[in-house]
Amino acid sequence: MPEPAIRLRGVVKRFGAITAVDGFDLDVPEGACVGLLGPNGAGKSTTMRLLTAQAIADAGELEVLGHTLPRYSKAARAQMGVVPQLDNLDTTLTVEQNLLVFTYLYRIGRAQRREAIEAALEIANLSDRRGAKVDELSGGMRRRLLVARALVHRPRLLLLDEPTVGLDPQVRQELWALIDRLRSEGTSILMSTHYIEEAARLAETVTVMAKGRAVANGPPAQLVAEHAGREALEVYGPPARLREVEHDAAGRGWATRRTGTSVTILRAETLDGDAPQGERRPANLEDVFVLLTGEEVT
Amino acid sequence: MTNEPRRLDRAAVTGVLVREVVNFSSYWRATTFSSTVEPTVYLLAFGFGFGALVSEVAGYDYVEFVGTGTVATAVLFSSVFPAMFGTFIKYSFQRTYDAILAAPVDTEELVTGEALWIATRAGVYGSVPLLVAMVFGLDPSWGMLTVPPIAFLAGFGWASAGILIAALMKSIDNFNYVTSIVLTPLFLVAGTYFPISELPEWARVAANVNPLYHCVELVRHAVFGFVGWTDVFHVAVIVAFGLTAWRLAIRFMTRRLVD
Repeated sequence: MPEPAIRLRGVVKRFGAITAVDGFDLDVPEGACVGLLGPNGAGKSTTMRLLTAQAIADAGELEVLGHTLPRYSKAARAQMGVVPQLDNLDTTLTVEQNLLVFTYLYRIGRAQRREAIEAALEIANLSDRRGAKVDELSGGMRRRLLVARALVHRPRLLLLDEPTVGLDPQVRQELWALIDRLRSEGTSILMSTHYIEEAARLAETVTVMAKGRAVANGPPAQLVAEHAGREALEVYGPPARLREVEHDAAGRGWATRRTGTSVTILRAETLDGDAPQGERRPANLEDVFVLLTGEEVT
Repeated sequence: MTNEPRRLDRAAVTGVLVREVVNFSSYWRATTFSSTVEPTVYLLAFGFGFGALVSEVAGYDYVEFVGTGTVATAVLFSSVFPAMFGTFIKYSFQRTYDAILAAPVDTEELVTGEALWIATRAGVYGSVPLLVAMVFGLDPSWGMLTVPPIAFLAGFGWASAGILIAALMKSIDNFNYVTSIVLTPLFLVAGTYFPISELPEWARVAANVNPLYHCVELVRHAVFGFVGWTDVFHVAVIVAFGLTAWRLAIRFMTRRLVD
């Protein structure tokens, strides 16, 4: 059996009285793209920091690319790339200089340096902007450069921490295409996100995280079938009507969730003829997310 | 199985240094300008201002006294301040250290690389006042060739101290307290612009634990003639200061950077 890219068991991380990660298990098989889905404050970013030993766990087992953390973290870091949530490029340097610096930090030999930079520029589609200062780049280009910087040393594992947060939809799709390409080339990927669509599109397996724990784990379609059924019924109406629907549903033991302007009744396929009027739609990962984390999606 | 992790890996320190060197290419003009103009202003102000009142201090021509003293000032200014502000900006505002520590670089290597880089700059910029003083009549001597290494050594200590200060401070505004309470007195009671022999006894004792004073003395002796064991002692103090500040900087930066 091939060794997993990431294996976490019972990981705990406390900050004073707050337990950010609370007995967390996670598996990223070699070559897989796993989505770490959870609301803000679920412990996703702390988990990412634990994986690079920028946070040290209070308990539990952590293994990255076969290296036990934190002791052998440096060997693991040499073979992984990290795309941070916050842009930390050197803004007064050019695109190429940013990559050059990281060929040194990732210890690429002199003979391969040129080639590594070219390959990273090509992946991020920035070859024609190589001489531009980071200050002059658009938000989307900067994000692509961040990804390219994490790939100069051809890592076996890529960590993406909220890769498309704050990007407009078009740029987001551009980045998805890039991640999809890496995935198809066999790079193991762990991607934290609170965008449901991002996880549904890119991840083969999704781990849903809430309050520092893994509350569900599996392929998106399976999670939907398991937790939200086949269909959902959206009932629209004024607030008073919505409260009434919720009250009735609770009486009949139907699972519901509030979606701002509507009440969603889950497992609509099992409802009999007296279900309220509304729109039927296929159940989705968002339904699962809200059910499991108790958080509303924004 | 994994090899035992190595500490102070040369490749990691080199990576940190390369990042600084490449960045330096984008701002060297401004830094070089201020590092050259500042000591010139000090030399002119003190040399001509006080020089008109006093011609000789502690057996030296006043211009020679100030010219050599300004070396230590230049070392201090070109190391402790860039280290304080640079470190704080890189970990707090630019998040640069997050990116570096995600690569195979540990905090120990990060701090060491940064301190070595700033020390190198201090070695160069610290020597500029001597060149300026030569324009104003300081005679060249062979001993001056040891000034850049002395400036490097002292710069390493002050750079480490600056990193330590940045690691300890919660906000960049708190740097003002450190500057007024610690750095300014150290800078004044070091025998740069006036000899400490004229100070009250408590201040003379205080000067002896001031690493900057030992740097001033060493530079003066380098230029006008070394004084045997006294200078070995000065070197020892500067080395001890550097090692202590370096280890403390690593310890407190680790606390700051690794949760």
